[in-house]
Amino acid sequence: MTLDAKTLYRDTVLDHGNRPRNEGPLPGATHEATVDNPLCGDRVTVRLRADDAGRLLEVRFEARGCLIARASASLLTELAAGRTREEALALARALDDLVEAAAPPLDAGALEPLRGVREFPARKACATLAWKALERALAR
Amino acid sequence: MTLVTPLKQRALESFDPRLVRRDFPIFERNPGLVFLDSGASAQKPAVVIDAVAEFFRNDYANVHRGVYRLSARSTELYEDAREAARHFLNAADAREIVFVRGATEGINLVAQSHGRRHVRAGDEILVTELEHHSNIVPWQLLCSEKGARLRVLPIDDRGEVRLEELDGLLGPRTRIVAVSHVSNSLGTVLPVAEISRRARAAGAIVVVDGAQAAPHVPVDVQALGCDFYVFSGHKVYGPTGAGALWGRLPLLEAMPPWQGGGDMILSVRFDATTYRDPPHKFEAGTPDILGVLGLGAALDWIAAKGVDRLAAHEGSLLARATRTIGALPGVRIVGTARDKAAILSFVVQGIHAHDVGTALDLDGIAVRTGHHCTQPAMDRFGLEATVRASFGAYSTERDVDALAAGLERARAVLGPGR
Repeated sequence: MTLDAKTLYRDTVLDHGNRPRNEGPLPGATHEATVDNPLCGDRVTVRLRADDAGRLLEVRFEARGCLIARASASLLTELAAGRTREEALALARALDDLVEAAAPPLDAGALEPLRGVREFPARKACATLAWKALERALAR
Repeated sequence: MTLVTPLKQRALESFDPRLVRRDFPIFERNPGLVFLDSGASAQKPAVVIDAVAEFFRNDYANVHRGVYRLSARSTELYEDAREAARHFLNAADAREIVFVRGATEGINLVAQSHGRRHVRAGDEILVTELEHHSNIVPWQLLCSEKGARLRVLPIDDRGEVRLEELDGLLGPRTRIVAVSHVSNSLGTVLPVAEISRRARAAGAIVVVDGAQAAPHVPVDVQALGCDFYVFSGHKVYGPTGAGALWGRLPLLEAMPPWQGGGDMILSVRFDATTYRDPPHKFEAGTPDILGVLGLGAALDWIAAKGVDRLAAHEGSLLARATRTIGALPGVRIVGTARDKAAILSFVVQGIHAHDVGTALDLDGIAVRTGHHCTQPAMDRFGLEATVRASFGAYSTERDVDALAAGLERARAVLGPGR
């Protein structure tokens, strides 16, 4: 497969990276976590407001770093909102499989735009950063 | 005054950069490679690769240990490399050259051996705002251990040290002044001779991190007037694993041993052990023999090409790159000191450095992106990261032009509003 910029920077990725959704603080957050990538200085904070049943009512993020980290975080907030805790964690595992697994899923659904990250090993940590923050936030 | 400026005026008629590039096999095997990350580590010329391979094929034996011919030969080659390092730095005596893993280990050696003995609670250590983490953290560890204070000589918006603030930062408690010779993230050539003069007048010793200088500017420790100087082999076209610490002989003689073990001792008894003189006092265990031999071969290669001619070549590339890259819309150069060597850091408006780096990589262009292990310097400019292009002996004008074209393509794909 020949690689070019569009392999990684698909339109959806560029869109979420340049015009991120749900970016900013979340007053009334019930869960929060920040994850750093010390190799590059990227940092993502994920905050969410969950109800008593564990459903994620609202998910927002703040990020410092590259377009991939921001795009992935923005996608996360759209996909995780309205999900149960278990569904959100399953999404995080699915993203990890898509990016890291030797045999990724054939169809990653709404995560498909991030499939290109597989071809750019140095950027995998950027793509998974927000999802690690989500996992950490939900672990508390 | 600096060492670099006069050399740029010398004509290059007997030096052809394209012939230099042919010395490096990696470019033959990777014809599309635009390698602009020599600042992280340099490519290796065939003579270095061959020297290491030939050593393994013909002469391999441990050094300083055997009475047989092979061992004597390998020891001779090892000590020849020490002399090559002495010559490279214009040190007075080969006993002043200690082989270490690299600049980082050399600085740690000084901090732990000299520093622990001479730094006490309330003393001060002075570094600059543009230092590499390897010339900050060892001193922080020492200060923390001893209750000493780390002080910082700031830089200005161009990335030059504020020399006018130096005297105010030097005092009777200043024990050590640790400075870079060339900044790896900004390219600034520091006024080391002047800093050394003032520091030593204040009673401090001067440790110079030459990791980024050794490949790019002629180094003369006599002229610099410092007390210690470190550089890394892998940045001067040698293998990884070996570098050199130069120190004034009286200082090395007074320093306690650092790592204990074989080879640095005269005799070992359970009730008393005696130690060898420098440099062997600081070289415990079997060294990175291939690293040292490769370093010697690399320094010989540099000497044959002429350090000053290599510096002038890189200087003209830096000037070309500063002009062309700096003229691109949305590009801002970070590090605009009047005297620079071989390094161009920049940011692209609206595009994170890592995304620029990935886009350039797709065009076969290798640059470094990030904080370059100089987080305080990045903080000073309010940046998380820059894109850094750095030049080496094999770099060409085509590399510079390819970088400019690659940046324009990156902006087209990634620019804000896409």
